[in-house]
Amino acid sequence: MLEHVELFFKSIFIDNMVFATFLGMCSYLAVSKKVTTAVGLGAAVIFVLAVTVPLNWLLDQYLLRDGALAWLGPEYADYNLSFLSFILFIATIATMVQLVEIVVEKFSPALYNSLGIFLPLIAVNCAILGGSLFMQSRDIQTLGLAFNYGLSSGIGWFLAILAIAAIREKIRYSNVPAPLRGLGITFIITGLMAIGFMSFGGMLTGGDEAPKEVEQNTAQQVEEDKIIKETKENTVSYNNAIINE
Amino acid sequence: MALLSKKDTSLILDPLADNNPITIQVLGICSALAITAELKASIVMALSVMFVLGMGNVVISLMRNIIPSKIRIIVQLVVVAALVIMVDQVLKAFAYELSKTLSVFVGLIITNCIIMGRFEAFALANGPWRSFLDGIGNSAGYGLILIIIGFFRELLGSGTLLGFKVLGDPIEKTGLYAIGYENNGFMLLSPMALIVVGLIIWVQRSRNKALIEEN
Repeated sequence: MLEHVELFFKSIFIDNMVFATFLGMCSYLAVSKKVTTAVGLGAAVIFVLAVTVPLNWLLDQYLLRDGALAWLGPEYADYNLSFLSFILFIATIATMVQLVEIVVEKFSPALYNSLGIFLPLIAVNCAILGGSLFMQSRDIQTLGLAFNYGLSSGIGWFLAILAIAAIREKIRYSNVPAPLRGLGITFIITGLMAIGFMSFGGMLTGGDEAPKEVEQNTAQQVEEDKIIKETKENTVSYNNAIINE
Repeated sequence: MALLSKKDTSLILDPLADNNPITIQVLGICSALAITAELKASIVMALSVMFVLGMGNVVISLMRNIIPSKIRIIVQLVVVAALVIMVDQVLKAFAYELSKTLSVFVGLIITNCIIMGRFEAFALANGPWRSFLDGIGNSAGYGLILIIIGFFRELLGSGTLLGFKVLGDPIEKTGLYAIGYENNGFMLLSPMALIVVGLIIWVQRSRNKALIEEN
């Protein structure tokens, strides 16, 4: 139970799709001009992530990873099909999106009208494929956790697009320097929000160890470089390391 | 030049500046920002995208008359995924360290909006040779921005370029460090990539007023 709660809050705040790993930035920037459309796209992302991540978890567990085919018989235990994961994951996502679109259109026209136009957009949203790939690389253990991960990453993405859409609606009344209007200021605001979200990094460690990544002097530099090289999603794996200790 | 007509040249040169995929078309930002803390990773990423987009554009353009329009997105995804698997396997075989650094972001080239965007907007309506040029041009424009971001983030963040200590040694206090210069470790963290892109957009749009948005 505790690990579910931990993963839930971690995926929403600390490993936030937009602010920590920059996933789904294209649609995040393109569809965040109005709050209502942003809410529609955000809801669709939550839904699709919560469906595709557990599905891809099953694929990964029983088809792709090293030795996953052992359930077919001992002679299949040596196969490692993980190089196929990109193509299978994206095929699952594309089919699921299409399927969801058809089902929603048939049974809930009202929902279709609000979600529908965003669904095809979602098949190529990096956040969806990213969710599945991170699920694979972070070694999520059970189906329940995979569902939890998909759902909470989706919620994190939803929060991010909602926040930026609200800010963009307000910023229309401000006097932004002309060349920065539109895209430029959105980038900078997102950067500032990402800095804000970094402070959530202390949530799981009690706040004792988090400042390490910001505070660095030249002696630590070499070590710091090494850490950053090893862990590209720096806050992410860094926090994992702290927890494991 | 006989090889490239004027129109073809503009296919390559336009995306480098006034029609840049990242700063103007807002495509392909997803995988661009997270890997630019080092110049080397940026260059490799730019080359991978160039390969995938150039080849993918040619393949899609050759198949454009036989793909039923209803399932074209799935066909496109399969083509890209196949090309990306090739890139991923080559990187794993010849540059394992680097492929660890890039981690899932190689896979995310598949959903890089730049690729789907160019397939939809160009390759489905044009011949293979022009599509190839368009692919090269757009990925060069993408790579250019990536390399600019990577250059500044690595130089200011860790004082190196491609791993060489161009500003002197921070521990032995040589070069710039002797007069009290410090690396700005903040540049290595992800939010700074966004702010650097914001500044690039600012510079570009102040130089070319036609690009300024209404708001």
